[in-house]
Amino acid sequence: MNHVKCECGHVNPHGTILCESCGRVLVESEKEKKLVDMRYEGSARRSQTYNKTFIDKIWNFFSSVKVGVWLIVITLVASALGTLLPQEMYIPPVMPASEFYEDQYGWIGKLFYDLGFHNLYSSWWYLILIASIGISLVICSLDRMIPLWRALKAQRVTRHEGFLKRQRVFGVTEVNLDDSSQKIIEKLKAKRYNVREEDGNILAEKGRFSRWGPYVNHIGLIIFLIGGMLRFVPGMYIDEVLWVREGETKLIPETDGEYYLKNNEFILEVYDKDKDNEAFSEAIEKNGMVAKNYQSNVTLYKKIGETVAGQEQELEKVKDEAIQVNQPLKFESFALYQVDYKMDELNQMTFSLSNKQKNETFGELKIDLYNPQDQYDLGNGYSVEIMSYFPDFEFNTEGEPTTKSKVPNNPAFVFKMITPDKQDGEISFVAIQQTIEPFGDNDYKLDFVGIDTLNVSALTVRKDLTLWILAVGGIIFMIGVAQGSYWNHRRIWIRKVNDEVWVAGHTNKNWHGLKRDIELVLEDTGIKEPEDQVQKEEGQE
Amino acid sequence: MVSLSGNLLYVAFILYLIATVFFAGSIKDKKGKQLEKGPNKWAKIGVFLTILGFVANVGYFITRWIAAGHAPVSNLFEFTTFFGMCLVGAFIIIYFIYKTPVLGVFALPVAILLIAYASMFPKEISPLIPALQSDWLHIHVTTAAAGQAILAISFAAGLIYLVKSLDQTKATKSNFWLEAIMYGLVCTLGFIIMTTVFSSMGYKAEFNYIDKFDQEAQIEYAMPAIIGPNEWELLTDDKFEPLLAMPGIINAKKLNTVIWSIAAGSILYLLLRLVLRKRIGAALQPLTKHINLDLVDEIGYRSVLIGFPVFTLGALVFAMIWAQIAWTRFWGWDPKEVWALITFLFYAAYLHLRLSKGWHGEKSAWLAVIGFIIIMFNLVAVNLVIAGLHSYAG
Ligand code: HEM
Repeated sequence: MNHVKCECGHVNPHGTILCESCGRVLVESEKEKKLVDMRYEGSARRSQTYNKTFIDKIWNFFSSVKVGVWLIVITLVASALGTLLPQEMYIPPVMPASEFYEDQYGWIGKLFYDLGFHNLYSSWWYLILIASIGISLVICSLDRMIPLWRALKAQRVTRHEGFLKRQRVFGVTEVNLDDSSQKIIEKLKAKRYNVREEDGNILAEKGRFSRWGPYVNHIGLIIFLIGGMLRFVPGMYIDEVLWVREGETKLIPETDGEYYLKNNEFILEVYDKDKDNEAFSEAIEKNGMVAKNYQSNVTLYKKIGETVAGQEQELEKVKDEAIQVNQPLKFESFALYQVDYKMDELNQMTFSLSNKQKNETFGELKIDLYNPQDQYDLGNGYSVEIMSYFPDFEFNTEGEPTTKSKVPNNPAFVFKMITPDKQDGEISFVAIQQTIEPFGDNDYKLDFVGIDTLNVSALTVRKDLTLWILAVGGIIFMIGVAQGSYWNHRRIWIRKVNDEVWVAGHTNKNWHGLKRDIELVLEDTGIKEPEDQVQKEEGQE
Repeated sequence: MVSLSGNLLYVAFILYLIATVFFAGSIKDKKGKQLEKGPNKWAKIGVFLTILGFVANVGYFITRWIAAGHAPVSNLFEFTTFFGMCLVGAFIIIYFIYKTPVLGVFALPVAILLIAYASMFPKEISPLIPALQSDWLHIHVTTAAAGQAILAISFAAGLIYLVKSLDQTKATKSNFWLEAIMYGLVCTLGFIIMTTVFSSMGYKAEFNYIDKFDQEAQIEYAMPAIIGPNEWELLTDDKFEPLLAMPGIINAKKLNTVIWSIAAGSILYLLLRLVLRKRIGAALQPLTKHINLDLVDEIGYRSVLIGFPVFTLGALVFAMIWAQIAWTRFWGWDPKEVWALITFLFYAAYLHLRLSKGWHGEKSAWLAVIGFIIIMFNLVAVNLVIAGLHSYAG
C-alpha cells in the first residue's frame, strides 16, 4: 500500500487528507478551501479511498450516512403508517382479519390489510429495514472509528500554519507569546484542559473521550439488535397463557413437567368511594367502578423424583405468593404474570331427583362440570346416568344440540333417571332454565338446586433469555449517547509564528462554550480573541 | 389540598403570562445592549417571575401528589400540565446557559398554551388502575416528559431562527409554512377559548346514536353539535341540531370539537391579521432583531443534544423496563410505543444530518419544528384518536 509521507516526517495511510501528526493539508484540492473539514480529522477512511471491487461498493453504500439516514427515515415513515389502524394483535377477535379491516374501515382498511400493514412490525420488509440499519451501523462505525483513533493519537502540538489558518476559530496577534504563556497554561489547566507544550507552542485539549460516544452508542445498538434477533432462536423466548381455576393445580407449560401451580384464590378489588382516598370520589362517581387490584394467591410446587406413567406426581411446595399486576411470580428463568381473569365461572351443579306427583325427593347429585361422572348412585335403587353432556350448549344449524367449547358456560345434560319403578329409566334433557322430555311425560324429574362458581386466573408464562443482552445493549447505548452529548472535544492551538501569535480552536460541538473558554484564557494577555470565520463570512454576505 | 393545588397552578399560569410580557419588553430596550452587557432589567424581572411561577407550578405538583397519593402524571390533564412545567424548567436552565431573553418570548407562550390546553380535560384526581400502580409509572413518565420538554426548547429556538432569518417581504414557501405553524398555535388558542366559553355556559346536549359496533349508545356533547354522531337522535330539548352526521367509525364528537376550534382559531387569526396588517411571523420579526442567528442555532442543537438522551432514557429504556413488568413484554408495538420510537428515530436523523450532512441553520430549525409536531402528535392525536393501551381516553 502506498503511504503518504508528510513534510514533518509522519507517514500517513493512503487517502489521508490532513497529516495525522501536524495537520498539513496533503490533498491539493483541499488547499483551496478556506476551512478544513475536521469531521474525521481528515483521516483516511476506507469508504473514501477505495471504490473498485463489489465489496468496496457494498462497504461504501452502508458506510454512507446519507444511506443511514434514509434507512432511518424510511423505517420511521413505515412505523407511522402502521399505527394508522390497529395492528392485527389488537383487533377484537370477532371475525378474521381478512374481513375485519374492510368491514370496519372500508377501502382504507382493505388496502391496509392487502399491503400487509396489519402485521407490519413482523413483516419481512420491516425486518430487512431494521437489519439494514444494523449492518449500516457496523460498517459505518468501523469505517470511521479506526482512522479517527489513529489521527487523534498521533497529534503533534505544533500544527502546520495551513491547518491553523483553516480552522473555524482563528486569530493572529502581533505580540510575544513567551510573556504570557505561563499564565495561559495555568488558566487552561484551571479549566481542566490537558496542556502540552512543544517549542513554546501550546496544545490544550479536553473531552477527547467524547469523540468515542457515537461509536459506543452504536455498539450498544448493535448488541440490542442482536438481542432482539435471538428471540427467534427456539428456547430463548416463551410466551404461554395458563388458565387456572381456584383450587386447581396445573402443570406450568414449558417447564418440562417440573413445576406446578395451584391457584388458591383470585381476588378482584375495586376502589371504594367511602373507604379509599376521598380525593378519588369525584372520579369514581363519574366513571363508575375502577379496578384496584387483580390478584392470584398461588402456591408453586416442584415435582420430586421420577414420574412413572400413570402414577400421581409427588410435589414439593416451593413457595406461596400473591401474583399481582406489576408483581409477577419469579422462579428460575420464568415469570408468571397476572393478565386476565374470569369471575364466577360455573363449576358444580346440584340437582335433586323427585317424583312429580308426590313431590318426594330421593337424594341429590352434585356434578363437577369439568369432570362429570357417568353415573350417580342415590341409594335405595335410585340413580342418575349422564347420557350426554354439552358444557357450552347450543343448537346447531340442523337443530341438534352441540357444544361450542369445553368451558361450561351453558351446561346441558341428557339424563337417564333410574328408579325402582322405572328400571329402564326415564330420559330428560336439562339445560339452564329449560327441561325437555323427549319421550313423553316422565314421572320423575330433576330439580335444579344450586350452582357453585369459581374464579379463574389467567397468567402469562414468560421466559425471555434475551433480556440481559438487551439490558447490556441499552446500558452501553445510554453511556455512549451521554458521552457524546454531555461532553465535547475541545482543542485550542496557540503557536508562535515569527513575531505573531496564532490562536486556533476546534470543537466538535458547542462552539459557544469553546469561544467562552478562549475568551477567559486570553483575557489580559494582549492576545486578541480569535474570530469565528464562519460567522464573519455570514456577516459579510 | 386539592383546591390549594389548583390555585397554585393558576398562580403559575398568570406569572408565566406576565413574565412573557417582561421578556418581550426587554427586547424593545436600547439597541444591541443586552448582547454585550447581558440581560437588562426587564429580562431580569422576567426571569425572576418565571422562576416564581415555576416554584408555584412545582407547588401544584407536590400538593396534588400528596392529595392523590401518587405522582400526578396519570391522566391527560396531569401529564400535559407536567409537560408544560418541564418546558418552563428546561427554559430556565437554557436561559442561564445562554442568557437570551428572546427565548422566553417564544418558549413561555408554548408552555402557557400547553397548560391551558391541559386544563380543558377532566381535572379530577383519578385512582390508579392496577397496571399503573408502579414506581416505574412515575419514573418513566416524568423522565419522558422532561426529555420532550427539553426537545421542545429546540422548537422555540427553531421558531426564533425562522422568524428572524426568513425574508418576510416576499411570499415564499417557507413563509407560508412558518405562518401555518403560527396558525396552528392560534387554533389551539381557539380550542381553549371555545371549550371555556361553552363550559361556562354549561352547554350540554345528549344524543342517542349507533356506534361502530352497531350498538345503541349515548353521548354527551359539551359544544353545539355541527357534526352529529351516526343516526343521531337529540335527547336534550332546545339544543342545536346537527347539520351533518358521521358514520359510526368516526368519532363525531371529537371532530365537532376540532371544527369549532378551527373556526374560532380562523376568526382569531383573521382578526390578528387585520390588526397587525402583516403575517404573524413578520410581526414577530422585530422581537428577534438583536439575536445572533448562530447562537439560536446552537441553542436549538444544544437542547436536542441534552434532551435526546433524557428522552431515550425515559420514553424507551424506562418504558421498556416497566412494560416488561406490567404487561409481560418490554415492547408490544402499541401506537404510543411506536410513536416514541418514531420520535427517537427522528431526532437520531436530526443529529446525523447535522453532524454529517452539515444541516445547520434553517434546515436544522425546520427539523426542530417537525420534531415538536411529532411530539405533540404523540401527546394529542395518539392519546385521543389512535386508542391503545396507553390511551388516557378523552
Ligand atoms: C437508530 C439508529 C441510530 C442511532 C440512535 C444513532 C445515534 C447516534 C448518535 C446519538 C450520534 C451522535 C450524534 C451527535 O453527537 O451529534 C451518532 C453519530 C453518528 N452516527 Fe449514528 N445512530 C444510528 C444509526 C446510524 C447509522 C445507520 C449510521 C450509518 C450510516 C450512523 C452513523 C453515524 C455517524 C457516522 C456518526 C458520527 C460519528 C462522528 O462524527 O464522530 N448512525 N449516531
